[in-house]
Amino acid sequence: MSLIQETDFGTPKSKSETMVTLTIDGNQITVPEGTSIMRAAMEAGTQIPKLCATDMVDAFGSCRLCLVEIEGRAGTPASCTTPVMPGLVVHTQSERLKKLRKGVMELYISDHPLDCLTCAANGDCELQDMAGAVGLRDVRYGYEGENHVFAKSHGCENDNWMPKDESNPYFTYDPSKCIVCSRCVRACEEVQGTFALTISGRGFDSRVSPGMNESFLGSECVSCGACVQACPTATLTEKSVIEIGQPEHSVVTTCAYCGVGCAFKAEMRGEEVVRMVPWKDGKANRGHSCVKGRFAWGYTTHRERILKPMIRERIEDPWQEVSWDEALNFAAAKFKGIQQKYGRDAVGGITSSRCTNEETYLVQKLIRAGFGNNNVDTCARVCHSPTGYGLSQTYGTSAGTQDFDSVEDTDVVLIIGANPASAHPVFASRLKKRLRQGAKLIVIDPRRTEMVESPHVKALHLPLMPGTNVAVLTALAHVIVTEGLADEAFVRERCDWSEFEDWAAFVAQDKHSPEATAIMTGVDPNDLREAARIYATGGNGAIYYGLGVTEHSQGSTTVIAIANLAMATGNIGRPGVGVNPLRGQNNVQGSCDMGSFPHELPGYRHIAGDAVREQFEAMWNVKLNNEPGLRIPNMFDAAIEGSFMGLYVQGEDILQSDPNTKHVVAALSAMECVIVHDLFLNETANYAHVFLPGSTFLEKDGTFTNAERRIQRVRKVMTPLNGYADWEVTIMLGKAMGFTMNYSHPSEIMDEIAALTPTFAGVSYAKLDELGSVQWPCNEKAPEGTPVMHIGGFVRGKGKFILTEYIATDERTGPRYPLLLTTGRILSQYNVGAQTRRTENVVWHAEDRLEIHPHDAEQRGVRDGDWVRLTSRAGETTLRAEITDRVAPGVVYTTFHHPDTQANVITTDFSDWATNCPEYKVTAVQISPSNGPSDWQKAYDEQARNSRRIAPVVEAAE
Amino acid sequence: MSSSPDKLVYMANQIGKFFQSQGHDRAVQGISEHIWKFWDPRMRKQIFAHLDAGGAGLEPDVRDALLKLKLQA
Repeated sequence: MSLIQETDFGTPKSKSETMVTLTIDGNQITVPEGTSIMRAAMEAGTQIPKLCATDMVDAFGSCRLCLVEIEGRAGTPASCTTPVMPGLVVHTQSERLKKLRKGVMELYISDHPLDCLTCAANGDCELQDMAGAVGLRDVRYGYEGENHVFAKSHGCENDNWMPKDESNPYFTYDPSKCIVCSRCVRACEEVQGTFALTISGRGFDSRVSPGMNESFLGSECVSCGACVQACPTATLTEKSVIEIGQPEHSVVTTCAYCGVGCAFKAEMRGEEVVRMVPWKDGKANRGHSCVKGRFAWGYTTHRERILKPMIRERIEDPWQEVSWDEALNFAAAKFKGIQQKYGRDAVGGITSSRCTNEETYLVQKLIRAGFGNNNVDTCARVCHSPTGYGLSQTYGTSAGTQDFDSVEDTDVVLIIGANPASAHPVFASRLKKRLRQGAKLIVIDPRRTEMVESPHVKALHLPLMPGTNVAVLTALAHVIVTEGLADEAFVRERCDWSEFEDWAAFVAQDKHSPEATAIMTGVDPNDLREAARIYATGGNGAIYYGLGVTEHSQGSTTVIAIANLAMATGNIGRPGVGVNPLRGQNNVQGSCDMGSFPHELPGYRHIAGDAVREQFEAMWNVKLNNEPGLRIPNMFDAAIEGSFMGLYVQGEDILQSDPNTKHVVAALSAMECVIVHDLFLNETANYAHVFLPGSTFLEKDGTFTNAERRIQRVRKVMTPLNGYADWEVTIMLGKAMGFTMNYSHPSEIMDEIAALTPTFAGVSYAKLDELGSVQWPCNEKAPEGTPVMHIGGFVRGKGKFILTEYIATDERTGPRYPLLLTTGRILSQYNVGAQTRRTENVVWHAEDRLEIHPHDAEQRGVRDGDWVRLTSRAGETTLRAEITDRVAPGVVYTTFHHPDTQANVITTDFSDWATNCPEYKVTAVQISPSNGPSDWQKAYDEQARNSRRIAPVVEAAE
Repeated sequence: MSSSPDKLVYMANQIGKFFQSQGHDRAVQGISEHIWKFWDPRMRKQIFAHLDAGGAGLEPDVRDALLKLKLQA
């Protein structure tokens, strides 16, 4: 193993299909039109010296190191800013060029510290490399003159010198080492799209400045790391590199945070991670990252990780650390006892959207084949289950239609109930880049999100009342149909025409018009009409949506309404268009694909289908139950009733993430054996009897499937601290229960998945190693996978239009609960926060805050930062208020990253009609001033502290 | 909404409301198919028992759908 060195071509790749041939250093080279001479030379293997150029950003031409000579042209043009032309004859090395370059380097080095041996970039410094490349041997100017290097010069304070900025927890800015190449500034603009950095001053006074000479932490910086990656010197350096030193080998793996699925190089020293660097060949992220994947991996070695199995008879008891055998036998005996006493269907399990495909597959196999029932579900139940239902009804497949690259061909972006800038930041950066190039943006969201407020982006924002998605989408359809904007040719060719006619007649009714629905939705009818016209006629229209669509009592209806809109306007089946669910967790797509739903075997095939079930029965050598099992909310209800008594939960904190916490507490307390398999003593573990230590994504092999159906490898870079990868633990648990599963490596599990699942038939670890990643369906018809689905026709045959009647949720505001609470995420934290709260990311978000409009706050005497009591019909909690007009009057908003807030004490158990996906996004609440934590919070905290006790191990006496 | 028959009746009616706009016959078909596909047998058993006990609270389409499903079972 060695350190993966990615070639920096200096300038971005040209997309042109016109080819140009030129001669560089006597060699003929053919490259696409628009390529720079620098890149053309590099493609031919000649590295022209450079400092300000890097292929993640556009050419800038400031360092004057990459000069070349071109026959017939005067002077020495910069090769980064000079495009290739047919027949050019270029020389990259000559006496004149050597002299010029040496002179440039000499000037750079005359204002740069010479502490190379002790510098953090030693071994990874482009300035040092270039000094070597141009043969710099002497700096004639000395260091006595004006400089940015020394704190004092000639015994006085040096006003040009600036101290290090160490405010960001993950990287340091050392201005004394800066060569003002502006790569960081351009990375922040072009790659990330935040525009947090600038160059202040002119000439010798030029400095990199976060915001208006603020600290990095105090500026708009979102800590994505693009600037650190772009920096050619030690000016911007990861603190982990400063502390540990340069890595010696690296392994390509996949981030375990959100559904974007960024590919990273885990840069290692032995088994210690030095840093995570986004991989340029990663097809989801194209070399970019966010603060979570790039920096927030410290949880993997956090001292709170539980590394030994633990058991207890009652949840009131302290935990006993025991051997793996003892824990597994204890768990197996409990589960078998429950099945004997209450019946075979009295146990079940929950697969994890954070674990690998292979691990998820094994858990559902253990439940279906080992437990002998179909009581398996996954946290997609509480996020994207309506996507699965809605898209399979309309299009015939339960997944998004595009790849992320598709956004580069999009002309109109319609975002509904999603905030990619916070929840899918790397995709958001790619999207914003397209928007800055001129694509139009429509955002349907109760809040003025970060997407609406992005720099250099103009959004048409439709701020709707929470819970009225279907009314708004049907109104958009009304405008499209009644104004004759539908793509009739597309619909006639690809969809069922009579169903379309029914649908068109339905949406055309006056009651669905923007004017008639405005009273419920709160959306300005003129804005809504404009949005419909732009989406239908503005070129390639792509819909991106998130949990603001699915987590409603009409979640599935909304997904169907979205699918209808895309079909009616012909926005399906080619690059640049489509319906794209933005998945919350790294492997939500995969966990659904792998048969985690109680009614479906892997590949979304109903358990009642004899032919499919018999294939699994033959492979697993066991008879399977042909009835659907319980979904998560049904499990809770059945537990309270006394018919469901044992639950195996892998990598999922249902107590914190599921709605109506009190109901979940009652259900978990009613069960006789809860097995939690996790990294930490999470909230669910407070009610568990067995704790099996989990492993992190750095400690195992496997695959994740991201929101674009892309299957990517997860590669082990260190030994599991707990001793076993999660797939091994599931096998051991099965064995203890008498169910044998034989696999020596996750690749064998993938081979079994491929053998049983038509859409995965062509997937193997060998293929993933060869291609980097594939998007399912990957089989004989599409051996390299399928970037865009439904080309030429829908998977189900004809696209199906389904009527979408708006039905208001039963969660209503009234005199006692006059405000609507909706929930969401913040950039620096992830889901229930179990990982990110155990990293330095807490500097950005140490607690959940309640966003409230100034008008509502003033009526209740609430000031910014005050503690407020938040009460719903389900429960109450307290948190601090943040007064902002991002939310409309009547709407309040919070995040759910912190267990002490317990936002889900408030949420109700209303749920989606089709899938029981909880209605997190609408809760009627009241708020009032408060002095601090509620009685519930205090009692919960006490129970949690009590429940987390671990009994001291008593050494046997001699 | 804690006791089981009430919750199941609520859930079944919720499914019914989605299919209502498709007319009685398609609604009955849609509702019964949905419940058959997604409800665990113990949930179906409970709602059938509730149906046998008079089926209080069930919307007409939903009641017809459950009767149809019960005959098939």
